[in-house]
Amino acid sequence: MTVTNPNGDSSAKQLAMQHGLVSASKIPGLGDYIKSTWRRKDFIAELADARSTQQYSDSLLGRIWQLITPLLNAAIYYLIFGILLGTSKGIENFTAFLVAGVFVFNFMQVTVTAASASIPKNDRLIKAIHFPKLVLPLATVVQQIQQYVVSLIVLVVIVLLTGEPLTLMWLTLPLVLAMQILFTTGFALILARWGARSRDINQLLPFFTRTWRYVSGVFFSIAIFTASMPDAVGTALLLNPGAVYIDLVRDSLMVTESSDPLIWIMGAVWAIVFFAVGLVYFYRGEKKYVN
Amino acid sequence: MSTNNLSTSKIPTVVVDDLNIKYRVILGANTGSAAGALRSLVSGKAPSQVVKSVHAVKGVSLTAYEGDTIGLVGRNGSGKSSLLKAVAGLLQPSSGDVYTASQATLLGVSGALNKSISGNRNITLGGLAMGMSREEVEAIRQQVIDFADIEEFIDMPMGTYSSGMQARLRFSIAAARQHEILLVDETLSTGDTEFRARSQAKIRELSGAAGTVFVVAHGHAMIREVCNRAIWMDKGVIKMDGETNAVLDAYEADVAEKKAAKEAKDKDK
Repeated sequence: MTVTNPNGDSSAKQLAMQHGLVSASKIPGLGDYIKSTWRRKDFIAELADARSTQQYSDSLLGRIWQLITPLLNAAIYYLIFGILLGTSKGIENFTAFLVAGVFVFNFMQVTVTAASASIPKNDRLIKAIHFPKLVLPLATVVQQIQQYVVSLIVLVVIVLLTGEPLTLMWLTLPLVLAMQILFTTGFALILARWGARSRDINQLLPFFTRTWRYVSGVFFSIAIFTASMPDAVGTALLLNPGAVYIDLVRDSLMVTESSDPLIWIMGAVWAIVFFAVGLVYFYRGEKKYVN
Repeated sequence: MSTNNLSTSKIPTVVVDDLNIKYRVILGANTGSAAGALRSLVSGKAPSQVVKSVHAVKGVSLTAYEGDTIGLVGRNGSGKSSLLKAVAGLLQPSSGDVYTASQATLLGVSGALNKSISGNRNITLGGLAMGMSREEVEAIRQQVIDFADIEEFIDMPMGTYSSGMQARLRFSIAAARQHEILLVDETLSTGDTEFRARSQAKIRELSGAAGTVFVVAHGHAMIREVCNRAIWMDKGVIKMDGETNAVLDAYEADVAEKKAAKEAKDKDK
């Protein structure tokens, strides 16, 4: 195969091109990549569902845990922060404030953590069948959204039980959730690529997410706690995506909380930037997921 | 371009162009203690991993045509499986490339796609992963179950299956679809005799349907029967490529010769 044409192509390649053959190792353009992922939306749904089934298959209560886990979480935080440490000072409706913080943050934390393992976990599938690997982290996101919906229903019930009225602001909730899901998906895609390359990420991630949780105002008011600190500290904490989406959900559902317009803008900015960067970054790693 | 293998009406479906595949295999990473790992961290030296680079496929070129059923033979580790994986797009070449007329499907025997879900859901998962729609999956479901002959176990987690059952189901899922290019890897050596006969019949049927089939199998009788062409691979290179019986005769003669030489050597000791 030493015969070459002026382009330097081997005769084998010329033959392949003449007959419209396509390189088996070539990654399609981003547009086609997204299209071929979209064509597998049923596959994404099935993977998500299979994983949920798997997760609860050994437990007696099964999927009821989807409801119990967030409630237990909220109860523990209420006990420690609301009662023992008294971070509830200055917050009118601390129960709703806390439950919103815990549920909204947990969705982001659990999703990015699970996504970081989505490539190595599906090793068997990757080795057996050729498909765009984007479906794997997306299936993780879809699975966590299903869980999040359950949490949100619980949240709405608690918010109403604690005396918050239904207002027009509730109509902004779908927009807030859409922005949060876009952001989380983008972040999940970045971590999915890192997690495919090195297992060390799984060791480090818990420390990162714990820190992120503590700086995002899950169980305290950032404005109140940073009042005595330099402005920059408070602003930095308030503008971090974790705090932004928690804040916006509280703004939507609670009359006692309201967000600065800047927070709304940041919600949109984080969503667009992370989603775009995450998508392109994951796509560029596609070749690395197979070997 | 005047060579006769490129002439006339034969339509190429798989073109392998100077393909090289190298693996990095980590043989026992840093098996020492935590203290050892820390020492290597502090000293700035890379941890004492034993990394071996395996050059599995070395500059292989070949063209397969519509209607070809090609048997791949060679010793273990000669690069047959790596070659098939590259054709299926499941391995990235280190250099060179593989061109195919359509997505090739690898019929492997690596067991369940997901051990903790039922056989039934594995059928769904496998079908959807291959790009089928839900309707298409439903249309083939019964056929897959019948072919794999696991009706009574179909709702049990695949982890509870015997390896033979897992292999049967995997083969059946992949074979249920019409493939233009089908790659069969060692499938025939697993499962019971009865299933082997059925899977061979399936391969014959698929190869008859104007597609291109590559078969890696230990059983030479089957290769002689279904393949019109055979490729003998040795240490990552193609040693011989041609008419099935000629290639297999040469390969078997070589195996017998090496065996005789080894026995003679053992005797000397």
